[in-house]
Parts: sequence; structure tokens; C-alpha cells
Amino acid sequence: MTELYPFVALLLLLNVVVGMVRILRGPTAADRMLAAEMFATSAVVIVLLMAVVSGNLALIDVALVFALLAALASVTFVGRAWSAMADNGSAAKGENDESGDAR
Amino acid sequence: MTAAQWVGGLLVFAGLPFFLLGTLGLLRFPDVYTRLHALAKADNVGLGLVCIGLGIQSGSVALLLKLVLIWVLMLIASATAAGLIAGTALARGLRPWGT
Repeated sequence: MTELYPFVALLLLLNVVVGMVRILRGPTAADRMLAAEMFATSAVVIVLLMAVVSGNLALIDVALVFALLAALASVTFVGRAWSAMADNGSAAKGENDESGDAR
Repeated sequence: MTAAQWVGGLLVFAGLPFFLLGTLGLLRFPDVYTRLHALAKADNVGLGLVCIGLGIQSGSVALLLKLVLIWVLMLIASATAAGLIAGTALARGLRPWGT
């Protein structure tokens, strides 16, 4: 089973590449942040798989740090970036069309 | 190969479809609320299955607990992010799909 794990990691990497399409398309900043969050989860899994494959168990601590950073990143995004944009008065106009880019 | 190896390997491979379907949902679903729903599956179930599978395969209780700790951290991160993003999106006036 373990010898198949590099291919699983490769599949997850391809998964991340496909997920980049959501970052390109948007349409809101939250959609891009969701894609980035998916990248963080995939990174944790890839690092864990590589830790088992290579036998280097210190990589598990790296995955732990990734998990912590994922929590911080999303909270910082909503708390600082997204709410701040709402305060600037852009919230009222044109929120429901899919064309706006910067929201 | 022992039984623990098989069970752990099967759990890891069972987690893989959740990631693929999570990405599919992220790309295909129509608005941010439904995309949150798709992403939560990859974050919670997919990572959980992989972590528990690798932990069982390692055969060490300390390692299993550490992997479960990573999973619980990601659970907290994804639950917090989902609540904050959905709440802020509603407050900003993004209407859920179909309403």
C-alpha cells in the first residue's frame, strides 16, 4: 500500500492545479479564499503522505504547522481583508451580479 | 502485510475521492455558500480518513494521536472559516443561490 502513496500525492497535486481555476474565476474574494483553504488541506495531506513514504516523521510537525496556519489565514482574511472592504462603502452596490471583481 | 496495514491503506484510499469531489464541487457549484458545503467534505471527511488511516498504519498510538490532533485542528479551522465566511457574505448582501 505504502508504495502507492507517491501517486496519491501526485493526484492531490493535480487536484490543486485544477482548483486554481476557481482562483482565476473568482468571482468574489471569498471564493478565492475557499480555494486557498482547499490548497492548505491538500498540502497537509501531501506532507503527511510524504512523511510516511520517506520515513521522515519530522514532516508530521510541518503538517501540524500547516493546519495551524490554515486556521489563522482564513480568520485573518475575514477579519481584516473582507470586512474592511465592506466598511469602505462598496457593500451597497452591485453585490449580487457575478461580474464584480474586487469584493 | 498485516491487517492494520490493509485497514489503514483502505482508509487512506477511501479519503481520496472526497478531495476529488471537493474540488469538483468547488468548481461546479454556483455560489459561495454551496462551495463552502463542498469544501467542508474535503476538509473534514477526506483529511479525517487519511489521518486515521495513516495513524493505524503506523502502529504507534502516539503517532495516531498526533495525526488526530492535526485533523481536529483542521476541523476547527474549517468550521471557523465556514461560519465567518458565510456570515460575512450574508452581511455583505450576497444572496444564496436560488433565492
